[in-house]
Amino acid sequence: MRSVDPLVSAAQRPAELLLRDVRVLDPRAGADARLDVRVSGGRIAELGEPGTVETGEQELVEGHGRLTLTPAFFDPHVHLRTPGQEHKEDLATGTRAAAAGGFGAVIAMPNTDPVLDSAPLLRSLRDAAAREARVPVGFLPAITRGLQGEQLTEMAELRQEGALGFTDDGVPVQSAGMLRKALQYQRLCGGVLALHEEDRTLSRGGAMNEGAVSAALGIAGIPTVAESTMVARDAALAGYEDARVHFQHLSCAASVDAVADAKARGWRVSAEVSPHHLMLTESDVRGMDTRMKMHPPLTTETDRHALIGALRAGTIDCVATDHAPHARDEKEVPFEQAPMGTTGLETAFAALYSGLVLPGILELGLLVERMTAGAALFDLPAPLLALGEPANIVLLDLDAEWIVGEHGWQSRSENCCFAGRRLQGRVLLTVAAGAVAHRDRALATVEL
Amino acid sequence: MKHLLSIEDLDRAAIERIIAQAERFAEVADREIKKVPALRGRMVLNLFYEASTRTRSSFELAAKRLSADVVNFAASGSSVEKGESLKDTVLTLSAHKPDAIVLRTPWAGASALVSKWCDAAIVNAGDGKHEHPTQALLDVYTLHRRFGRLDGATIWIVGDVAHSRVARSNVLAFQRMGAHVTIAGPPTLIPRGIEQLGCEVRYTLDELASADIVYALRMQHERMSETWVPSMREYATWYQINARRLTARQVLMHPGPVNRGVEVSGEVVDSPQAVITAQVEAGVVVRMAVLYELLAGAREPRAVSDRAPVAGVAAAGGGPLA
Repeated sequence: MRSVDPLVSAAQRPAELLLRDVRVLDPRAGADARLDVRVSGGRIAELGEPGTVETGEQELVEGHGRLTLTPAFFDPHVHLRTPGQEHKEDLATGTRAAAAGGFGAVIAMPNTDPVLDSAPLLRSLRDAAAREARVPVGFLPAITRGLQGEQLTEMAELRQEGALGFTDDGVPVQSAGMLRKALQYQRLCGGVLALHEEDRTLSRGGAMNEGAVSAALGIAGIPTVAESTMVARDAALAGYEDARVHFQHLSCAASVDAVADAKARGWRVSAEVSPHHLMLTESDVRGMDTRMKMHPPLTTETDRHALIGALRAGTIDCVATDHAPHARDEKEVPFEQAPMGTTGLETAFAALYSGLVLPGILELGLLVERMTAGAALFDLPAPLLALGEPANIVLLDLDAEWIVGEHGWQSRSENCCFAGRRLQGRVLLTVAAGAVAHRDRALATVEL
Repeated sequence: MKHLLSIEDLDRAAIERIIAQAERFAEVADREIKKVPALRGRMVLNLFYEASTRTRSSFELAAKRLSADVVNFAASGSSVEKGESLKDTVLTLSAHKPDAIVLRTPWAGASALVSKWCDAAIVNAGDGKHEHPTQALLDVYTLHRRFGRLDGATIWIVGDVAHSRVARSNVLAFQRMGAHVTIAGPPTLIPRGIEQLGCEVRYTLDELASADIVYALRMQHERMSETWVPSMREYATWYQINARRLTARQVLMHPGPVNRGVEVSGEVVDSPQAVITAQVEAGVVVRMAVLYELLAGAREPRAVSDRAPVAGVAAAGGGPLA
């Protein structure tokens, strides 16, 4: 039913680059070798043994075999806060943050003000993205009008106008009957239904994971069953209707089990996990730092290990940041008063490289696969580092160490749960849709 | 000690130091002129975001007995109702340069947060359902006066633990002083994971006889409308501390205000086993000791060290920070 390109960004000059002697790593293309890579006219124009590709008019980046080139990452879950909350983020700052994190495309959530639930609003947002977005943006409008959970949006028209799918992220559909209608309607309009899973009768009033830490802090807890029971319920509904659903930001072992069970039955489900759920636990909430307050909340070490295992095994298909910017004054309040969310675009790769790849928990190739797999889940072509493909690439310095926040932020907000941490792995250059979208200050110091 | 934010920050020696200081101040309460000049010229700001009569007046009295100046700031009827944030309120009030801020809020961790925003010593007078450290200290003081040491004593804390900052601070404080703590109450009001604080958990009062001290928590009426318990009647049937349950050798404590006929029966409140009024009395002297510890203990040596070093001064100013 889709009739327009679902991804939009501002038109930019196509990149002309020669990346000399870089490690080209793309598990999907079966590539892991030192190569020269020439980008021209927005495409990967030439691949060759180091030193064999001729220098032309392009900008030259010398990799000396120390820099790594991978497909640009894809983030199926970001909050760009536009329209209505531009003091937190807008299309320009949000996509700049994405590019700085190595993301070549992102999908924006609809819990804006007003809610993205109508074709005219989608059109105006896509127009704005065509003027402002540094990297391509896709949109998931709401499943129900105003995220109220009562009436379906005009899903078929929204699809014609470029909707990638639908979600009530942030204010999840509570009624099984309502969700079932959306799943049925998917037969007409297509598009993935992305589900934030939370039974509000279980989570209401909670501000962090329920357990020893919440008991000690006297903060009302959210039990993990608030998520896992809804994952199980909605997987069963999707199976019954043979519908396609994607589970957002899984946070606990029980949800992983529910997804594994659904996949074993052949139901058409996929799932994502955030870097913060892979890296942090409820123990990090002990100091009541509001940057550690997010939805779903940080869980236990057991849950974290289950999430890592599921990402490795493929039960969880991809990484998604759930980049959720909030203004400083909104987060500079007592923990229980603070809004939920952490920014994540600018730290996702370095956090996971430092936390999972360097200690040997996950292979780099697998991390790259999981950070790029989101595209195919939303029926988009996966970025491929191969001859003739559109240039969607990211150049990484895997040895560079940095302290999160020391160079400021591209995002308008700085509520990052990794702030102040020393991480390894830096994004030097991002090419998205054939154009240079980000160039790190450190790139200038690489011998040109 | 710069602030009093949580019992977690205090070791046994620190608690004993405060108790000993409170005992010295107890003597002041018996004088005709109930005042000492220890904190003359210091300013204590009471900043209360929740209704409180006994805690606030107890802090006010404590500060006044130490000759400090006291300013009370209640959130209702103030700029807070006009939407001012906690941080802006604190920054505004800090312009008056208070030496200590006594803070009561409905939010866990608020006192720790405020301690990062201003120079004043912060006393946590209750932060949400998290902690109420001066209550725990005055409870330890009360028991210390009655029993001496708490080592090996068994203390049962009974009732709505989930919504009680008193329970959390007291579990920590009683354990620091060597007591065994059991919490008991309706399963809906016992937080999952609370046993990791080191206490035992019971859902009935069948073994209450094993307690040396029974600490009843206030049962708030709104808990019933939120269906935490089916009815006050059913709660009282299962968890009320009354003459049938309280044995003659046991001591009864309660943080107040008491709901007679709900968590405790009137007869036990009025019995000699109840030390509830002793707790209230202890409130003033313990809060005097806390303010004294924070303000008198730390300030003077700092004033000396702020100056350029002069021969002989360092020795003369050899206080706790020297």
